[in-house]
Amino acid sequence: MRRVVLAVGMLAAFGVLKLPAERGMSLQHRQSENDIFNLDLREKLGQLGFVAALSGFRAIVADYLFIQAHVAWERTEWGRVLFLFRQVTTLQPHVPLFWDMAAWHMAWNASAAAMNDTSQPRMALRVKAQREYFALGKDFLERGIKNNPDKPELYEALARLYHDKLDDHEQASEFYAKAAALPGAHSYDRRFSAYELSYCEGREREAYERLRALYNESDRERLPTLIKRLKFLEEKLAIPAEKRIPDREN
Amino acid sequence: MIRRILAIAGNTLTDLTRQKVFYVLLIFALVLIGSSVFLARFSFQQEFQILKDISLGAMSIFSSLLAIVATATLIPRDIEDRTIYTVLAKPVPRFEYLLGKLFGVLILLAISLAVMTALFVLVFHAREQTVLTETTRQMSSATHEQLQDALDTVRASALRRDIFEGIAVILLKACLLAALTLFVSTFATTNIFTITVMVAVYFIGHLQATAREYWMTQQSAGWLAKTFLAIVALIFPDLQAFNLVDEIVAGVAIPLAFFAKTALLGFFYILIYTLAATFVFYGKEL
Repeated sequence: MRRVVLAVGMLAAFGVLKLPAERGMSLQHRQSENDIFNLDLREKLGQLGFVAALSGFRAIVADYLFIQAHVAWERTEWGRVLFLFRQVTTLQPHVPLFWDMAAWHMAWNASAAAMNDTSQPRMALRVKAQREYFALGKDFLERGIKNNPDKPELYEALARLYHDKLDDHEQASEFYAKAAALPGAHSYDRRFSAYELSYCEGREREAYERLRALYNESDRERLPTLIKRLKFLEEKLAIPAEKRIPDREN
Repeated sequence: MIRRILAIAGNTLTDLTRQKVFYVLLIFALVLIGSSVFLARFSFQQEFQILKDISLGAMSIFSSLLAIVATATLIPRDIEDRTIYTVLAKPVPRFEYLLGKLFGVLILLAISLAVMTALFVLVFHAREQTVLTETTRQMSSATHEQLQDALDTVRASALRRDIFEGIAVILLKACLLAALTLFVSTFATTNIFTITVMVAVYFIGHLQATAREYWMTQQSAGWLAKTFLAIVALIFPDLQAFNLVDEIVAGVAIPLAFFAKTALLGFFYILIYTLAATFVFYGKEL
């Protein structure tokens, strides 16, 4: 028994030595975890889920909840979808897919369901519900970007939301441009940013210059939409004939 | 000395293999194949994400369980079978016996994890190829650039090289647990006790970082709570430090230097627990 006590003492001494290194490593890579495992999440997950999440099965618990959210979506239980996606994104804040899916369910699916909700006879309330879902989708993406500032797919998703749902071309252009500036972005992000800008009142000149730069860059960029928007801006800005792009490209 | 240790390690490995511990691999294969069939209803990004999470989570839990259960039975069974007396009656020092036993388990863990990794890569590669073929077929009328974009998106969701570094850290965690189980089994009277203690250690180990932070930053906690937290922080290993796969699967880039630090920490833990086990085992009456 004496040897066991001495051995435990030896472990404690080692514990004192390893403490600074262990703490430094923990702070370097797990800063977010202290925020993740707050009491609020403990209440949401239930005791077993919380212990499982703390025992190194965070990803599996998040996947399980994600599958539950998928089932809730199939049953069009929107409140539950929102509740589950909040848990999923809290558990796995560094998985852009979860933020993207949460926003898509809210801004596209739940909002459409709210507008088609026959149990609500008043159109004003349907529109109100729809806008609330847009806002929830936007909130998911903004928080997703905050947690993953280097992931272009989230900027793209937010740009799509501004374009499709909020009709805000200026913001859509800005977020496509932000996505395009990041490594791993789709090649169309730069183009889409310029397209969106071409719809913004007062920024036609800037849009024209960006579209023209893309047009000059390579034949691959000379796609029908790009040429159409360029022609539209040439007319609007009264670009001299000799500086316009040839008609045959149209 | 090395020859004796290797001989004991070889015998331990053979012995464990005879106990059909590799059945755990069959369960892993079933989990993997079953989940990949079930996940076919999701989009490929969702499918790949969940497949990676489930596979790596299963690898982590199976290797940890294997490490605890296989090691917990080593010394009690040798005592029960009286094999230990035959071995120690020969000119084999006790630390060589313990090292041999530990290496036997470590080899078993390495083999198991290698097989699980191979299965995982195989299933994942098969799913990736299927998705790539489907995407190419669906986008046959698209431009080359659009097709390339779509294929790049599929490939971006697939396996990255650093996932193997994450798996190496899972192995390290299992080895640490094996060394710690060996230490507990040197003073435990039954293997049930060892396994129970180790399951508790497993859970506490994952909470160690939280306890440590609370102990070091909270001034308002009472002395009793602070003493308890200090014991947890100093004696238990920080097992959460070895859960890098969550971040890797999420696409977070882990610097190589961080892997090196984690590996170093793991090796130190294994060394300390082995030394503690040897120290206690030398005083054990056989």
